[in-house]
Amino acid sequence: MTIPVFTAVVATVSFAAGFLGSLTGLGGGVVLVPLLTIFFHVDIRYAIGASLVSVIATSSGAAAAYVKEGISNIRIGMFLEIATTSGALLGAFLATRIPTSALAIIFGAVLLYSAYLSRKMRPAAQRNLPPDPLATRLRMNGSFPDKDGQRSYNVQHVPTGFGLMFGAGALSGLLGIGSGAVKVLAMDQAMRIPFKVSTTTSNFMIGVTAAASAGVYFSRGYIDPGLAMPVMLGVLGGSLFGTRVLVKAETKSLRLVFSLVILVLGLQMLYQGFWGNI
Amino acid sequence: MPVAGAKPHSPRKFQHQPWRDRRLEAILGNLLRTGVLISAALVLAGACIYLYRHAHEPADYRVFRGEPTDFRTIPGVIRSVAGGHGRGLIQLGLLLLIATPIARVALSIVGFALERDHLYVTFTVIVLVILLYSLLGSGMTF
Repeated sequence: MTIPVFTAVVATVSFAAGFLGSLTGLGGGVVLVPLLTIFFHVDIRYAIGASLVSVIATSSGAAAAYVKEGISNIRIGMFLEIATTSGALLGAFLATRIPTSALAIIFGAVLLYSAYLSRKMRPAAQRNLPPDPLATRLRMNGSFPDKDGQRSYNVQHVPTGFGLMFGAGALSGLLGIGSGAVKVLAMDQAMRIPFKVSTTTSNFMIGVTAAASAGVYFSRGYIDPGLAMPVMLGVLGGSLFGTRVLVKAETKSLRLVFSLVILVLGLQMLYQGFWGNI
Repeated sequence: MPVAGAKPHSPRKFQHQPWRDRRLEAILGNLLRTGVLISAALVLAGACIYLYRHAHEPADYRVFRGEPTDFRTIPGVIRSVAGGHGRGLIQLGLLLLIATPIARVALSIVGFALERDHLYVTFTVIVLVILLYSLLGSGMTF
């Protein structure tokens, strides 16, 4: 492929990834790294560098639209960013010392685990819980506009959420993803924050988490301009388009698409990692 | 948290989030969008130059070589932009993109301080310190 053809194809794929990433709170990176390495034979380190940049673009580009809808919770986001940024720092240090096949295997495992967790059923009654003392002290409880008007929620299990967020940050720094999947799981399933609030707050946090490891990647030469350019522009366009759909979309069908895509890509990454193609 | 001039129990549309919080969110959202749009414009401009000059070369990212100094240090990128290189311009746009969330965190400190929310000023300062350490420390550590 010549450079202009390669750029056009990668930009198109990135647009699709950004669209999906925006709808699910994934950030696009978790889909992009496997796509670039498996289908475009890009070295996983270049893919990680380009993905990390696109992750920042997705998060920052979508934030303005989410803020207007009043869904994301800035206090929850800022508190948990202490965990994600320190985790990201640790992950970025580790990334430069781990062989690429190990990166691919970790990536695959993360994808499969995310797919499994996202399909786990939980009763709807868990949503209306009494206020948690720590969450109240941290002023995390809030409300958001739903189709039946304002819906309020009480945040639960703050320490568990914080711990999971440190892990999410470490994965972000290690694999160049926003680890939106783990962030959404920490907020949606551990902290019992409504799914739409979780995905939008996650999207808001992802950029800051990614910035914490981007400096390391940049100075290590992982960010190639020729590759990062179509990835960043494509993902940004796709994510902005996805934001327009989110408020109307059903969370049930979102989760199905989300888990199927990461399941397939997870299997591919494990296969490639174990058979030494990456 | 009491807001100056507001009755403590007055019914408001956003009961758990005072209006200042929402205004802060709007300002932060706009900052992020502006940063991203300028960054995207720089990347697009760089892309035009890069694609025009390398229209007939093959794209190959199979082997990792690491970027040259011109594309992985701030002085190198500035030198490259001054030399009229498309890829330098792309890297400048990407550097601005990385700086945007950091600016958002810095501005959040001001926002929380205006709300007299000392707890969240502290949290935000911790996040900013981690970000700055990562950005400035990584060049020295590696």
